[in-house]
Amino acid sequence: MKKTMILGAMAFAGLAAGAASAGTLDDVKARGKLNCGVTTGLVGFAAPNANGEWEGFDVAVCRAVAAAVLGDSTAVEFVPTTGKTRFTALASGEIDMLARNTTWTFSRDVDLKFEFVGINYYDGQGFMVPKELGVSSAKELDGATVCIQTGTTTELNLADFFRSNNISYEPVPVETNAEAQQQYLAGACDVYTTDASGLASTRATFDDPASHAILPEIISKEPLGPLVRHGDHEWGDVVRWTLNAMIAAEELGVTSANIGEMAAGTDNPEINRLLGAEGTLGEMLGLSADWAKNAIASQGNYGEVFAKNIGEDSPVGLARGLNAQWTEGGLLYSPPFR
Amino acid sequence: MSDQKTNSIAFVADGTIPPSPPPAGETGPVKWLRENLFSNAVNSALTIAALLVIYVILSKTLPWLLNGVWTTNSLAECREVLQGKTGACFSVLTERWNQLLYGFKYPGDQYWRPNLALVLLLVAIAPVLFFDLPRKLLAFTAIYPFLAFWLIWGGTILAPIVALLGFAAGAFVFQTYGKSSFAIGFFGAIVAAFAVWLIGGALIPDGASDNAMLQAVPSRDLGGFMLNLMLGVTCVSLSLPLGIALALGRQSDMPLIKWICVVFIEFVRGVPLITLLFVASVMLAYFFPPESTVDLFLRVVIMITMFSAAYIAEVIRGGLAALPKGQYEAADSLGLDYPQAMRLIILPQALKISIPGIVNVAVGLFKDTTLVSVISMFDLVGMIRGPILASTEWNGVYWELLGFAALLFFVVCYGISQYSQWLERRLATDHR
Amino acid sequence: MSTLTDPPNESFRLSMLINDTRYRSLTFQVIAAVILALCIWYLGNNLIQNLRAAGLNISYNFLSDSSGYDINQRLVEYDSQSSHAKAALVGLLNTLLVAFLACITATVFGVVAGVLRLSNNWLVSKLMAFYVEIFRNIPVLIWIIIIFTIMTAVLPGPRAFRGDNATSSMLFDAFAFTNRGIYTPMPWFEHGLFASASMNWLLVIAGFVGSWFAARRINIWANQKQEATGIRPKTTALILAAWLVPFLVLMLVMGLSWEYPELKGFNFKGGIKIGGPLIALWFALSIYTGAFIAENVRAGIQAVSKGQTEAASALGLRPGKVMNLVVLPQALRVIIPPLISNFLNITKNSSLAIAVGYADITATLGGITLNQTGRAIECVLLLMLFYLTASLTISMVMNVYNASVKLKER
Ligand SMILES: N[C@@H](CCC(=O)N[C@@H](CS)C(=O)NCC(=O)O)C(=O)O
Repeated sequence: MKKTMILGAMAFAGLAAGAASAGTLDDVKARGKLNCGVTTGLVGFAAPNANGEWEGFDVAVCRAVAAAVLGDSTAVEFVPTTGKTRFTALASGEIDMLARNTTWTFSRDVDLKFEFVGINYYDGQGFMVPKELGVSSAKELDGATVCIQTGTTTELNLADFFRSNNISYEPVPVETNAEAQQQYLAGACDVYTTDASGLASTRATFDDPASHAILPEIISKEPLGPLVRHGDHEWGDVVRWTLNAMIAAEELGVTSANIGEMAAGTDNPEINRLLGAEGTLGEMLGLSADWAKNAIASQGNYGEVFAKNIGEDSPVGLARGLNAQWTEGGLLYSPPFR
Repeated sequence: MSDQKTNSIAFVADGTIPPSPPPAGETGPVKWLRENLFSNAVNSALTIAALLVIYVILSKTLPWLLNGVWTTNSLAECREVLQGKTGACFSVLTERWNQLLYGFKYPGDQYWRPNLALVLLLVAIAPVLFFDLPRKLLAFTAIYPFLAFWLIWGGTILAPIVALLGFAAGAFVFQTYGKSSFAIGFFGAIVAAFAVWLIGGALIPDGASDNAMLQAVPSRDLGGFMLNLMLGVTCVSLSLPLGIALALGRQSDMPLIKWICVVFIEFVRGVPLITLLFVASVMLAYFFPPESTVDLFLRVVIMITMFSAAYIAEVIRGGLAALPKGQYEAADSLGLDYPQAMRLIILPQALKISIPGIVNVAVGLFKDTTLVSVISMFDLVGMIRGPILASTEWNGVYWELLGFAALLFFVVCYGISQYSQWLERRLATDHR
Repeated sequence: MSTLTDPPNESFRLSMLINDTRYRSLTFQVIAAVILALCIWYLGNNLIQNLRAAGLNISYNFLSDSSGYDINQRLVEYDSQSSHAKAALVGLLNTLLVAFLACITATVFGVVAGVLRLSNNWLVSKLMAFYVEIFRNIPVLIWIIIIFTIMTAVLPGPRAFRGDNATSSMLFDAFAFTNRGIYTPMPWFEHGLFASASMNWLLVIAGFVGSWFAARRINIWANQKQEATGIRPKTTALILAAWLVPFLVLMLVMGLSWEYPELKGFNFKGGIKIGGPLIALWFALSIYTGAFIAENVRAGIQAVSKGQTEAASALGLRPGKVMNLVVLPQALRVIIPPLISNFLNITKNSSLAIAVGYADITATLGGITLNQTGRAIECVLLLMLFYLTASLTISMVMNVYNASVKLKER
């Protein structure tokens, strides 16, 4: 009987994959699946739908990368991470990339040794309060109880903001957005603060979104983007240029609807290079020639992804604002495909 | 004289009087009430207080329970049905039943697999729990881990078969050589098992899992109460042999081995399980070879197993210490060497004494599996606190969900502790 | 010529390493040492390689950097400019606080439930059995969450206390039960003898210690008197005076007054606030561990053989004395060791604070600091070191106690 117990141990060894290889790109190809870290659930950015399929703005980045690398946008294993577990998951190799509205900061880049490959959403930290409190500015929050997600930049900004305005507050630390939402709705905190996009998406799930206001103050810069581990430049390039391809596609007018005909060849050489009709960009990345075409065909360009998941016609209802193309007065600016 | 006396008495009883019924206050329920509930002032006060407590609890929960709504699709709908009356929204349980039991990612058409594994588990542990059952059933117990592994994770059947063959080879070598020398048999068995695993592992073709009979399910997709049960069962069964080894090591008179075991046991018992789970989630990865990734599930199993092994070791140490010294001396005087003495004389008795303690550790461990929700695994508690309570439909349904979780754990844990008490009684009579 | 005791063959063969008891133990230890060294080398090597690959190093310098985050429950001065080490200290003190409080209440719950479970009142003993079974068989994490949910979802928010048609009101205008915590009046001194409030309170504590000594002296004096004269002088009034007079005098001199909590702005201000997470953790740990202690108490009392009680009664002791002088001292010997290991469990289980946002050491050092600095290995090691120290200290106390109450065998 004693021995039967040990038997199990070995069966589990089958779970430990010990494949050693050169880089993440080869790993992903060999595995046939992309492990992508996302939030534990933030509607519009990354959340499982009723069928358990992940969808959202960040999810689209993961799927686009999977489509570019593997030709199959469903070959993604989504790993839910909290503010706390996300970096260890990435550092330890449990996930290949992290697309979890994560702010690009100096210390995360330099000290924690991650590589932010770009920015897919320009954001800032905001405050949400119930309208019945009658608060109209964050400066009036003296003495308020504030729900704050631990392990985030917003936790530090919050301390700075109250300190520099010389007002007091009481933090209620929570682990996930879900918990924050419960506490906030139960009135255990007066204010919920996080990225403004996160506030909008959280509010969208409320029974009565209209009774909650997002205060005008934006107290920080939160450039959110996907990131990978430091040092693996091939893989970093793949993720970076997949994101750029989606942004450039919008600028160039390539959509998931017209991509079929465009891929056959157009008179715009940049589109041709992007979609693989001309040049060898795919080969340089170590991917097939139609990598960008696959990514865009499966997810759409940046504008389509934005509109579908968090745009003004979606429940989250965010305006493009800073996240418009540079040609439209926004900050989105993809380097040229050349 | 005597005549006179006889005559002066008007009545002489010529038979015994039938006993009259005791006074109303001394019989039946009344007597019972008086003796058990109202024997004196303090007692009566206690009784009344207890009745009050019971009343308060029941008056709060009964209407809520009885008015429960079972068939709506969201909290809002449920409130509409209740129209302001108190009542539970048990519909969250029916609507999220599968998520609560299996997590939100286990493929829906495959639920029969964990179900079957659970049923087989009952069959497999029956001979372990009840000594009266035919010993032959133990053969099934031996195969069960591999079968369950295959059922739950799916993929190629070759992997569990190779694992099984490895153990079979080890057992065979041990049977053959262990008789002459325990050590040779033991180490030989280890070598044989590893040889089989290495060769077998290399023989399994890449991608064997892709079109396997059972669809492969990554362990990240396990969740719900199933995850608690799996962690509990695996970790307890893995920690038993480890615990026995540690307990023996701690008793050993080889200073180095004793010292290693003591440090291990005291270290693990000194820190909370949470920190060990942190180790699993944020630290352990650094100790594995670079470029390899080890499943979070496996990392957690490793840490929880270490945790419970240390506690089980202490229980068994107690059992070993409780054996009279004569048993050890008897074994020695029979000329048995250490492995024989342990295997044939000491351990069977020590383990028997330790069983209730081991069962206690097992119950504690099973309850502690809920802690994995803190490192964002979606066990029953993790499912409730995460996806279910966060969903738009069920935001705010606390009591039904928490009550359900509490009930599930209560049923299992209470069941196990009743078993343990039964066993204790049985073992106690065996000793006489 | 060889004697009988000589081993038959003196020449050394390799198999003797395993088969000869003289060498076997050595062989095994060498093997164990080699395996141990290999494991350590293997793990250490992996660690070094992984760290190098990730470009990280092990360093504790981050402890002196400013933490940048705030903590809502703190026993010492702390703000976001303080260092990570200070944040860890705040957490450590919070852990000790909740563990200390929970140990006391758990013991009370446990003793009451354990004694009542043995009561001959059927209803009460069944009720206590119910309590014990319910709490022992449901994970403590679930209890913590349940009680925290009661705190946050059932109790009213401070908003409910506001306005003319407030839906909630304060108890006696002094206590407020809100979903953020319980507010009670706070005693303070109008003209304290010292400038700092804590010094004044220390003075009050010193007063109590003095009272305790006085009461003891009175008892000793009474005992001597009784032995000398056979009559015990009445001490009740004296002892009462010894306890009350210094206290009352201090209170009068320093001008005791109460600061009541008041609804100001978003929250209640003033008074003492016991935060919701603290209450949830404290209460859940006490009531859960109380169920275990109840079982120990019951077992302890039942372990004292009936003959002891009967013998004591036969000597003419009254039931109270039987309990105090005969049963309890013997039962305690059985009760205390598991009690202390239950205290140990409370300390370790208090790490579940993280589930309700109580800022214990797991939440500060092992949570926020770990996340913000990314120093996972360092933080987890420090965390384990703390718990290990705490546990070993408690076990040491236990061993000393065990040694002191051990039955002295003839
Ligand atoms: N941008 C900040 C905050 C990111 C963050 O945690 N956002 C929250 C709310 S917007 C979130 O995504 N929560 C999802 C979850 O809890 O899984 C950072 O990188 O630290």
